Amino acid sequence: MTTTTQATAVTGAVGTAHTRVEGRDKVTGAARYAGEIPFDELAHGWMVLSTVARGRIRSVETSAVLRMPGVLTVLHHGNAPRVDSDYVGMLGTPDPTAAVFQHERVPHMGWPVALVVAETSEQAREAAEALVVHYEEEPHDVTFSAGHPDAYQVDGFMPAVTEKGDLEAELAASALVVDAEYTTPEEHHNPMEPHAATALWDGGRLEVVDSNQGTAWVASEIANMFSLDPASVRVRSEHVGGGFGSKGLRAHQVAAVMAATGLRRPVRVVMTRRQMFSLAGYRSPTTQRIRLGARADGRLRALDHSSLSLTSTVHEFVEPSAGVARVMYDADAHHTANRVVRLDVPTPTWMRAPGEAPGSFAVEAALDELAEKCGIDPIELRVRNEPETGPVSGLPFSSRNLLACFREGARRFGWADRDPRPGLRRDGRWLLGTGTAAASFGAGAGPSTAAMTAEADGTFTVRINAADIGTGARTALTLVAADALEVAPDRVQVRIGDSDFGPAWIAGGSMGTRSWAWAVTAAAGELRERLALNTGIPPEGITVRSDTTAAIGALAQKERHSFGAQFAEVAVDPATGEVRVRRMLGIFAAGRIVNPLTARGQLVGGMIWGISMALHEEAVRDRASGGHYGADLAGYHVAAHADVPLVEADWVDDPDPDDPVGIKGIGEIGIVGAAAAIANAVWHATGVRHRHLPIRPDRVLSANSAGGSSA
Amino acid sequence: MREFGYQRVLDVSGAVALLDADPDARFLGGGTNLVDLMKTGVERPARLVDVRELPLDRIESTRDGGLRIGATVTNSDLAAHPEVRRRYPALTQAVLAGASGQLRNMATVGGNLLQRTRCGYFTDVTKPCNKRVPGSGCPAIEGEHHNHAILGASEHCVATHPSDMGVALTAFDAVVSYETADGPGELPLAAFYLPVGDTPHLETALPPGALITGVTLPPAPTAANSRYRKVRERASYAFAIGSIAAALDVEDGLVRDVRLAFGAVASRPWRAREAERALAGGPATADAFAAAANAELAAARPLPHNAYKVTLMRNLVVAVLTELAEEASR
Repeated sequence: MTTTTQATAVTGAVGTAHTRVEGRDKVTGAARYAGEIPFDELAHGWMVLSTVARGRIRSVETSAVLRMPGVLTVLHHGNAPRVDSDYVGMLGTPDPTAAVFQHERVPHMGWPVALVVAETSEQAREAAEALVVHYEEEPHDVTFSAGHPDAYQVDGFMPAVTEKGDLEAELAASALVVDAEYTTPEEHHNPMEPHAATALWDGGRLEVVDSNQGTAWVASEIANMFSLDPASVRVRSEHVGGGFGSKGLRAHQVAAVMAATGLRRPVRVVMTRRQMFSLAGYRSPTTQRIRLGARADGRLRALDHSSLSLTSTVHEFVEPSAGVARVMYDADAHHTANRVVRLDVPTPTWMRAPGEAPGSFAVEAALDELAEKCGIDPIELRVRNEPETGPVSGLPFSSRNLLACFREGARRFGWADRDPRPGLRRDGRWLLGTGTAAASFGAGAGPSTAAMTAEADGTFTVRINAADIGTGARTALTLVAADALEVAPDRVQVRIGDSDFGPAWIAGGSMGTRSWAWAVTAAAGELRERLALNTGIPPEGITVRSDTTAAIGALAQKERHSFGAQFAEVAVDPATGEVRVRRMLGIFAAGRIVNPLTARGQLVGGMIWGISMALHEEAVRDRASGGHYGADLAGYHVAAHADVPLVEADWVDDPDPDDPVGIKGIGEIGIVGAAAAIANAVWHATGVRHRHLPIRPDRVLSANSAGGSSA
Repeated sequence: MREFGYQRVLDVSGAVALLDADPDARFLGGGTNLVDLMKTGVERPARLVDVRELPLDRIESTRDGGLRIGATVTNSDLAAHPEVRRRYPALTQAVLAGASGQLRNMATVGGNLLQRTRCGYFTDVTKPCNKRVPGSGCPAIEGEHHNHAILGASEHCVATHPSDMGVALTAFDAVVSYETADGPGELPLAAFYLPVGDTPHLETALPPGALITGVTLPPAPTAANSRYRKVRERASYAFAIGSIAAALDVEDGLVRDVRLAFGAVASRPWRAREAERALAGGPATADAFAAAANAELAAARPLPHNAYKVTLMRNLVVAVLTELAEEASR
């Protein structure tokens, strides 16, 4: 384990390592997850998914299934209650995939067509597998390619296009040009805990016990969809076994609510791993063209990044890969564009570092190619292209300690001794190489409320609708509250994951801890003022509430981001195409680190995911059927333990005196740039550029026999 | 999931009688493959006959200096056995290259030989597959096949056999013993798996209802200098994209004896007899190894996305035989 490099004196709980407050419950099994919490009279729903990629449901043959043991009902488009999906929620319009059983259209393979509810999960599954659904099949198009004629520009969560300067003129005037296409495949979140929800009506209120990344968010979506008074919907999500962007409103919660309403008893719906491949969202494949034009000294004259991703025919989602350079690098002519194409596939969604993960692979690999062409060290190239202000916005950075990350990382990785020439180092059958890449991710905040109670027994209770999806949020907020109250952490109990606690930002966008800590700190300040009056604490305690909406709105307009520098050493066997990562180092500048123990875990976890992204992960879509090939954890590879070598993460000081909380996000930045660092190291080992992820043995072998680049 | 019967048996004749009486029954070994296939609906047995408690869990030396391995010996016990490690090191290496520690503790020798392909079309009941539903078609040929067969396949099926253990057993001329209601029988592993042809659903030459009782390895002094190399898409816990079991005996720079078998290239562990013939008595050099590999791989019929396997197998033959030649000359 590493030690932190920062020398900041730590006075309180924040900044020192703490194990998770619920850690014992989790490792002993006492912590219950959504799919295992018992309910009286619980019925079990099993979703039936379409087996065609496009068409219409002609009939659902329910009668035989209804006679099977334990079967209570079969919901489908012919009998399900109507719901509303024409509203604007917290994060925009809903993906109508979640509004199940509303019509006979089938827009992709794995579309939910029915829910079979039975007394036991096994009965429901057997009946669901026996349910015969007849389709009118139509021709489908699931083929994603750079040249797809139906691609169009779309804004999504950022403008589709930014442009300044005369791109073609600057490229023409450049001493050196890189023009290359990079691709990343369809990737899936695959959290360890599958999506699961139990819905029940209790005293006139709808309650959903779920696994999600924001209970208030999911509650408001359900209220909207079922046209219910928001106060009559309660969603709880105490422990979540990973989300990574996939756990918002999904088909299983809506199906469970429909069934619980019709049957007047609790109904649970759990996704299988295979169903998750169709219903949980995923990261779109991307094809990205990068054009860089530079002066002989490496300074950029032209930067062009054009990214294409896909979406479904029912909902628009863009993977904004071309957003990376809007923060990272300036050029006299600077052009970035995100486009999508609609295909007969499920709707993609946010997945760890949406945009930045695939976008940084292309940008940071292209910069490595430029460094090679210029004969400049890759870190020095980045130093020479470090912008003063936001390349597109022109706004100042709240803090930008990217170069400090590179300096510290280079020192610890031993970068100074590196011979830049490729293909020279050998260890037995292995060729060795090293690579580096930069990382960034936005550091936003979302309005949140918190309640803090000074209890009569001298302890404190915090209620905030945070979500701990494995990040350690519950523990981090305990430390933040303890410091803000100037008490020991064991006097603070933090309760999270209950929509009745009021609105708060979700565990998403690397904004959770920053947003919630802000609300907790504000509540603590107010509570301390109340306690200073020395009026005594009544038996029910003294409770104050905070709301950060106004404070966040008053924040100065700046470019706010975390930054990082990734380093990787790889070994490549040119005879077999095997690529093994030997060590990785990530140095990050991510504001104030609340809990070094869980922070390191999150950063290392992101970097390991970067190994998977570089070498393993790839969902394969079968053109003929329109569905996946090998949609399970045997077919969809992530790094195994043996693939994970020495991976170190650490951070540099990254203060921002003008920021009220000083915390930035660390949820996503660990994966950003990691795949590029590995791909750059593979080039350094072999002299062959790999521009298509994952860098599988067959691709390495084929590139070797082709005698050059794999592009 | 469909309800099924479960019965544990303690003697071989009882096990065989149960399956003889019920064609919808299946023997259950470690369950590391069959149970998965039941979950995905590929297998829907009415009854499982659990053979794990049968007294077939011994590894014994045979009088002629070979080894007899009981069918219910776990992969872990097989890999760890001192005589296996000493006399057939490639077998230990092959077993340890497969699955995980937990799975190897469950998986049995008999079950390993009978495991089914991991072709993603075979394991997905929503898709056509000639092996699962004869006559439904083989989508792999036009679809995803980067890890499918290059040798011995047909237009009806291009799936590969997933076993690592079986590759080493094939290289060492293992013989499978079985029991049926009509009595015992034996099949050399070379004849155990049927050619694909137009019947990919018929995988082995075992008579219906037969129970594998053991595997016998004949004596093979060359096997003491043997090696198993497995190439896969991650460092652990993945099926091979190409593997090789090789044994080599060299005297005065000439090949005195050689055994070669390939994994992940065919519907069965692939004994590389052409390569062995090419090498016999000739020089133990990298050029000769490459020429021998080419002789074997001349029969390869790669698909558009798995031609790399020809290169991979040639490289593996050269690399592993070169290592063995160096060791033999020490």
